This record gives sequence, structure tokens and C-alpha cells, in this order.
Amino acid sequence: MGQFLHTFFSPLDFLRATPQIWNGFQVNLEVMVVAEAFVLVLALLLAIVRGLPGRAAAPLRGAAILYTDIFRGTPLVLVLYIVLGFATLNYVGLSAETLFTNAVIALTLVYTAYVTEVYRAGIESVHPSQRMAARSLGLSYWQSLRYVVLPQAIRRVVPPLLNDFIGLQKDTALISIIGVTESVTQANIYSSNYFNYAGHTVAAVFFIFLTIPLARFTDHIIRQRERRERAQAF
Amino acid sequence: MSANGHFVSLQSVTKRFGDLEVLHDINLDVAEHNVVCLIGASGSGKSTLLRCINLLEQIDGGSIVVDGQTITGTKVDVNQLRQKIGIVFQAYNLFPHMTVLQNVTLAPRKALGISRAKAESHARALLRQIGLEEKAHEFPDRLSGGQQQRVAIVRALATGPKLMLLDEITSALDPQLIGEVLELVRELAKSGMTMIIATHEMSFAREVANKVCFLDAGVIHEEGTPEEILSAPREERTRQFLARVLEGGRL
Ligand SMILES: Nc1ncnc2c1ncn2[C@@H]1O[C@H](COP(=O)(O)OP(=O)(O)O)[C@@H](O)[C@H]1O
Ligand SMILES: [Mg+2]
Repeated sequence: MGQFLHTFFSPLDFLRATPQIWNGFQVNLEVMVVAEAFVLVLALLLAIVRGLPGRAAAPLRGAAILYTDIFRGTPLVLVLYIVLGFATLNYVGLSAETLFTNAVIALTLVYTAYVTEVYRAGIESVHPSQRMAARSLGLSYWQSLRYVVLPQAIRRVVPPLLNDFIGLQKDTALISIIGVTESVTQANIYSSNYFNYAGHTVAAVFFIFLTIPLARFTDHIIRQRERRERAQAF
Repeated sequence: MSANGHFVSLQSVTKRFGDLEVLHDINLDVAEHNVVCLIGASGSGKSTLLRCINLLEQIDGGSIVVDGQTITGTKVDVNQLRQKIGIVFQAYNLFPHMTVLQNVTLAPRKALGISRAKAESHARALLRQIGLEEKAHEFPDRLSGGQQQRVAIVRALATGPKLMLLDEITSALDPQLIGEVLELVRELAKSGMTMIIATHEMSFAREVANKVCFLDAGVIHEEGTPEEILSAPREERTRQFLARVLEGGRL
């Protein structure tokens, strides 16, 4: 028991490891914020493409479906290695050294697939009569989408979006495998130097403290919405 | 005005959903400033007919002329056309994420390109006329059904349409809220608005309509003045329908 406590919870090691873990964790944060920004925009575009009407748009819809099928089905670890492999070909300014970019690309590819589905569910949850009402007023397809459908759809999917955001946040811990020096790398360095895993505990605490406010915020939004919907029922 | 002097003219209009022919050889003329009421059982094709005139549905045969323009031809700007033809639905279909004022100004601003200030002052004037100006900044779910439906009518009027299509706009309302909505339609009729109204309110039809059409299974079975159709129908089907409505206590 003493051995266990020492390995994971030694106060001295906490103090000694924290600065370097914090340095690594800032990289997790940066990757997360940049990837999330790309995901929110690209996934919305893909969801819109999937909803395009008419036969002419069928190839585009098909491509969007293929994309989500591929990147929802492939484990992130594999996508990370595949992006690394692609980067070593030195196309479009990438290389094995553009670590940050490689990590952002891999996370964006995978999470865009998830978030596209979230947006799509939101768009489909808006009753067709809303779009019809907008069109009947003389608004174009795009205006109806922009002003009537999307605002309602996005409002509804904020909680699942935040859940995916939490997932993305945690998955930034995997980017150490393609060479990004982040909190897990730092914890590994610490444990091999001092034969102590307190650094991993510190990293875990950082992730937990980042997740808790987001999770509470999600709960809050869901509760607020339920209250409002109950009020409407009367 | 179209060639035959009517503001709206449907010629041999046919509409199918798959194998189901919902409208069959419909001929209907509406003179400018006139009100035509469509009556008929649920499923007879009233909504589909109105939606075809607004091009929310494409017809499979025949043609529709509105204000001298063949709207079912090619090269028709549907968005521009719909600004001239307002439609109001049974379920109001207000935009729940927008205030009353935003609901009313959306189309004038985005479809017509009118400035926000201008659109808002026009919208306020319209809302004042129906006594709802103080609700301008409320969201639709804070309004009664009757108020919501009146806002929906004003929203359709905001682009300055020359023709209004009303699709059973009082059918979802509690009986005590129907009056305020019909009053607004009555005033519209008095102001000379050309209207095609699908309704189950027979006494209202009798009062405002210049012509009543009885629709049965996608066919205009009988048409005439309100007196002719509602008091002395010639066709057995029309009589049966009216008797059923009467039993429902609505005449
Ligand atoms: N989008 C649609 N697809 C298939 N059938 C439809 C559609 N809309 C209406 N119908 C059918 O067309 C017929 C006429 O419907 P509708 O015009 O709504 O009648 P009404 O308004 O008189 O009740 C009905 O049989 C209905 O089931
Ligand atoms: Mg109907």
C-alpha cells in the first residue's frame, strides 16, 4: 500500500513534476482549441452538403457519407500514424517535423466525422414546415437554411457538441505517439527519470479539471432546455 | 390581369404524388379583389391546390397564371413570385427562435433587401393595426394561438403580396380564438385583397366569399355563389358534405 501511494501520490514528486507536466499540457490545450475550431466549421459544411437536395448533388452527398463512414470507423491511433506517414512524403509543406500541424490534421479528420453527424441530426430535427414557411415567404434555399434552419438546429445540438468537445480534449493525449511533446510525453519523461508515476497523476488531474466545467455546463444547458420545454407544454 | 381577365387562373391542373392523383383537371378563375373559398373533406386536395399556386408543389399537368404571368412555365423566379403570393398555414409555422418583429421583418429584409429600419417601422405599423405592437419583442411561444396566427398573417403580408392563400388557418385554434383571426381576414377582404381560402367555417365563407368551390377527391365537384353552394347545392355529394359539417356543429 505504501509502495502504491508513493508511486502515484508522492507529494514531493507532485511538486517536482507539475511544472513540466503543465508545460506539456499547454500543448494539449493549443491542439484542442485549434482542432476544435476547424472541426466546428468543416463539420457544419459537410452536414450542409449531406442535406443538399436534388439529383445533381448526389455525388457530393455520397462523398460526404463516404467521408464520415471512413473516419468514424478508423481508430484515431491509426489516423495519427497515417497522417504521419503522409507527412513524411513532404507534400503541401508537411513533414515529420510539423508535429503540431500533423496532430491537428488527424484530430480534425476524425472529429469532423463525428460532429457532422451531430449537426445533421440537428438539421433533421427542425420540422420541414419551418423550411417550407421560409421558402413560402420568398427566401431562397440558402437564406432559409441560414436564417431559419441552422439557428434552430445548432441550438439543439449544443449539448452533444460539448460532449464531443470533451472527447476531443481527452484524445489530445494520444498525439504523443506521433512525437508531439505534450503532457503524457512529459509524464513519461518524468517517470523514466525518477521511477515514479506521480507525473501521470498530475496529467490526469489537469484533464479532469478541464473536463469538469464543460460537463457541468453541458448538464446546465440540458436542464435549462428541459425546463423551458416543460414550461411550453402548458 | 391574365388574358381571360382573371387575376388567378388555373387551367386543367393535375397533380400526382407517385401513383396517387391528388388534383384532377382543376379549372379555377379568381377575379382581382375577389375571395374564393375552397370547401371539402379532409384529403380532398385543398392544401395541395394552394401549395401548387405558391409553387411549393410542382404540378404535373395544366398551367397556372397569376397576375398575367404563367407561373408554371420555365424561367420563373420562384422567390420573387412567392413575395407576391402570401400563404398562411393551419399550424402558423412562426419561427420559434425569432421574436415577433424578427419573424415579420425577415423576408422584407433578406428577400426584398429592405433596410432594417424601414422593415421594422413597416412591421410595427402592421402589428399596430392588429393590436399586437406591444408583443413585437416577444417570442412566439409567449403568444396565444390566435395571436400567433395573426402574426403569421402579418408576416405573409409584410412582403406586399397581391394574393393571399389561407389554408384552414383557424382549424388548430380553440373556438374562442377563431373570431379574432376571422376578423382580420374579413378586414383583408374589405381592403380588396384577392384571396383563396380553404376553410371549414361555412358561415364565414358565406359572408366573405364571392365564390365557393366544393372539392371532392381532387375534383371541383361544384362551384357557385355562397348562396348556391351552401344553401341550395345541386350535387348529392355537396349536400352530404354540408350535412356532415352541419352535424359537426359548424354551420
Ligand atoms: N407530400 C405528399 N405526399 C404524398 N401524398 C400527399 C402529400 N401531400 C398530400 N398528399 C395526399 O394528397 C391528398 C390531398 O391532401 P391535401 O391536399 O392535404 O387535402 P386537404 O388539404 O383537402 O385535407 C391526400 O390524400 C393526401 O394524403
Ligand atoms: Mg389541408
